[in-house]
Amino acid sequence: MKELRLMKGNEAVAEAAIRAGADAYFGYPITPQSEVLEYLMAEKPYERTGMVVLQAESEVAAINMCYGGASCGKKVMTSSSSPGISLKMEGISYMAGAELPCLIVNVVRGGPGLGTIQPSQGDYFQATKGGGHGDYRMIVFTPASVQEMCDFVPLGFDLAFKYRNPVMILSDGVIGQMMEKVELFEQQPRMTHEETIKAAPWATTGRTKDRERNIITSLDLDPSKQEKHVMKLNDKYNEIEANEVRYEALQCEDADYVITAFGSSARICQKAIDIARAEGIKVGLVRPITVWPFPKAVFKELSKKVKGILVVEMNLGQMIEDVKLAVDCKIPVEHYGRTGGILPSPDEVVENLKKKIIGG
Amino acid sequence: MSETLTRDQIIKPENLVYRRTPLMVDRPLSYCPGCGHGTVHRLIMEIIEELDAQARTVGVAPVGCSVLAYEFLDIDMQQAAHGRAPALATAISRMNPDKYVFTYQGDGDLAAIGTAETIHACNRAENFVIVFINNGIYGMTGGQMAPTTLPGMKASTCPYGRDTAIMGNPLKITELVAQLPGTYFVTRQSVHTPANVRKTKKALRKAFDYSFAKKGLCFVEVVSNCNSGWKMTPVQANQWMVDNMFPFYPLGDIKVPQDAGEKE
Amino acid sequence: MAKLKGAIVIDIERCKGCEVCVGACPESVITMAKGVNGKGYHFAEPTGDNCTGCTNCAVVCPDGVITVYRVKVTV
Repeated sequence: MKELRLMKGNEAVAEAAIRAGADAYFGYPITPQSEVLEYLMAEKPYERTGMVVLQAESEVAAINMCYGGASCGKKVMTSSSSPGISLKMEGISYMAGAELPCLIVNVVRGGPGLGTIQPSQGDYFQATKGGGHGDYRMIVFTPASVQEMCDFVPLGFDLAFKYRNPVMILSDGVIGQMMEKVELFEQQPRMTHEETIKAAPWATTGRTKDRERNIITSLDLDPSKQEKHVMKLNDKYNEIEANEVRYEALQCEDADYVITAFGSSARICQKAIDIARAEGIKVGLVRPITVWPFPKAVFKELSKKVKGILVVEMNLGQMIEDVKLAVDCKIPVEHYGRTGGILPSPDEVVENLKKKIIGG
Repeated sequence: MSETLTRDQIIKPENLVYRRTPLMVDRPLSYCPGCGHGTVHRLIMEIIEELDAQARTVGVAPVGCSVLAYEFLDIDMQQAAHGRAPALATAISRMNPDKYVFTYQGDGDLAAIGTAETIHACNRAENFVIVFINNGIYGMTGGQMAPTTLPGMKASTCPYGRDTAIMGNPLKITELVAQLPGTYFVTRQSVHTPANVRKTKKALRKAFDYSFAKKGLCFVEVVSNCNSGWKMTPVQANQWMVDNMFPFYPLGDIKVPQDAGEKE
Repeated sequence: MAKLKGAIVIDIERCKGCEVCVGACPESVITMAKGVNGKGYHFAEPTGDNCTGCTNCAVVCPDGVITVYRVKVTV
């Protein structure tokens, strides 16, 4: 049965966590995402499903609580905003190294430093190029609606377990704070102990007589073994790149030009292409839904038929690097962005399309 | 039986009174000669053997010499980032109330980089055991000054001795956590003599029992040696520990259960 | 009158020669070997026949290399 509700993005992510059968959420307050923890505490998921919810002493502690829970094969998640995500990066690197499933939500605000509490997309590099130390990747979803904030939670958990890897929902202050209609999925049961052992035979569920002890670690002092481990991770990342790319292409069939943007920027650009098309400019929109793995192939294909691409981001030019790599300098790729918590307007986008791509 | 029994007549399975617990993995420990880590590892495993809890125990060892504890303890183990073991154990114990959960942390890990995690886990009365090995030095990285390095004590980052005016004071974190309402049993022990080893084992057993009974956080400090870091022989190090560490870190229970009927 | 008679077995290849057991032995029946094991350590070895099987050495051995046996003998 369809259940429709008007919710904030932050609330939707929290409700989706309960419904996805999450075993635990560990968080720490930071604007603009504190509603996630507030919603969960108000909902008493420990009564609804037995889910553990805890306000940790820091973002560092919260991500390490996730590490402890994930190591037991539990469905765990945390959320924060940019400065807090920087603190979590150590834990995310350890999780990638130890191959632990975890869902991390980043409701991005402007930086660097304490920056601003207003929306930004300045954490693209951090999310897609590592952020933490070492050779690792995590799957990064970029919701453009409250509905997607909800839907990417169960999907994120599924992929986190499928690949034993951290998954991030890279949102921003617009999507987190905005209220929209959401169609909620039905409550899924939490995994039983037996299901956990089946889904995560590697987990520290207790060393029974029928198996060797399970060890969760990211350490190997033997270089040959460590290299082998990193190469194994790399194989996994290649598999993810082959299977998990997601994007949306709008009005690209007849397009002379393409605008690309993710998350809330993509919503603004949707309006921008309507304005441009009304003026007779044939422009399409590509919205990467996963920014790692990045939808390289669609850009490579488009580079054979369109004259240029404008990358619109709420930062000074981060995703543009991936777009440029994908089109391999075949066509012009330019950037338009606003920072400091300011959103680009549709008119600005059209103006920059004309100035930087069409007239360029 | 006569008094003229030969060795071979005594060494028979039926006369066995002590052997290394099979819950210790059959491989050489990576610790330096005389290091107390091996003894504490074994005590924990003896307790888990006595509790028949191999399948119901999860241990956490963070960065430090004992980061490789999982190589030696035949139970499910998690390796933690430096200082973060109490955060891991919080999640483990909250989601697995049927398990014995413990962390095994050194002084740098527990009382410097992990101070926040330590104090808040204690204060939340999390139901796990913290085993705190205090040897006043960073062993794994090669003998640097620790939060528990004694005033005047030499280490590689205080080669002329710890000058408290410059480097600050050693932290008696065990006394500190004993003040928190969330800790149930806080004690300081050592493993340098057979009598002390036996006391430490009793303390650890209580800690495991209490935390499993959801009484709150149990904190067992073991003042130990670091022969390599202190640049002494193991026997000298144990004597130095008695002469210097124990006056500053006196052995004994610091907080005992207040429940009625509790006999210590 | 009953008396305890013990014997210890030392895994000399695992012994690191720390000598902690020597001082822990109330009967002074553990000594350090002149020779070395495969790792180059002067390992501990039992000496004399006054061992009572008190387990002190085994309990305090950081590497857990000592196994203790004990019988009760009547004099």
